[in-house]
Amino acid sequence: MADAHASPNYWMIWLYLFVLTVVEIAVIYMPFAKIIIAILLVTLACYKALLVAMYFMHLRFERLTLGIIALTPFILCVFLILMLIPDIS
Amino acid sequence: MSEAAAVMHTAAQPAESPLTPESWGKLGMWVFLAGDAMSFGALLIGYGLLRHASTNWPLPSNVLGIGLTAFMTFLLICSSVTMVKGLEAVKNNQRSVAKKYLLLTALGGLGFLGLQAYEWTHLIHEGLKLWENPWGSSLFGTTFFIITGFHGMHVTGGVIYLLVMLSIVSKPTTALGPGWAYNVVEICGLYWHFVDLIWIMVFTFVYLL
Repeated sequence: MADAHASPNYWMIWLYLFVLTVVEIAVIYMPFAKIIIAILLVTLACYKALLVAMYFMHLRFERLTLGIIALTPFILCVFLILMLIPDIS
Repeated sequence: MSEAAAVMHTAAQPAESPLTPESWGKLGMWVFLAGDAMSFGALLIGYGLLRHASTNWPLPSNVLGIGLTAFMTFLLICSSVTMVKGLEAVKNNQRSVAKKYLLLTALGGLGFLGLQAYEWTHLIHEGLKLWENPWGSSLFGTTFFIITGFHGMHVTGGVIYLLVMLSIVSKPTTALGPGWAYNVVEICGLYWHFVDLIWIMVFTFVYLL
């Protein structure tokens, strides 16, 4: 079952993660508005997390239901943020 | 057991289709990690809420050493690659290669912990405490130590976990290949990559933002 897919090029993923980390650090010194920097950083971090989950944790090659289990905490976190919005405004 | 229940029990067997055909342990690890992700998620959301409500939150990049933590991030990313390489070696029955990669992974984790201990010591000497700091809101220190500490404890657990895997793979009597040893190392890998994934989030939210 585990042999059903060719193993991804892990050094390529490593390179992506490395470059994205460098980009993240560069972003905080850019003369952008704070909100733009925040959006860029969160997007980059989520993309890096997705790379780790999909390739290092092999989620891409697992059954969809396992992916849904992995996604559950993120859905609940979004729900928690939405519930907290009345408190911060 | 009544006869009807016994019939139902046997009838239920063919319908069973495990999410992770390799082992239940792998599914167990995924469920645990989903729960653990909620703990970290709640901590980070709580951090965001406190920071948003505060009027004197210090800018983290002015207080915390971004260079050092960027290097720590780099170490964890590298240790994730050595982990997948180690698993690959276990699958291909290359015992000495697997041992080398698992050892490198554990060393990456130890290096991370050493640097974190150095970072904490440095910051504590500069005045960052759980309850106060010279730069602004006292909660800055509270959230910093709790979030990075919670993650650091995960790394500590991960290093111990990796050393156990190393001893399993090292035993000449352990059969490698896509059997039991492969399965337990894969499950350990899931935990280790998760710790890396969480650090990516912590690094972004606590250090960079």
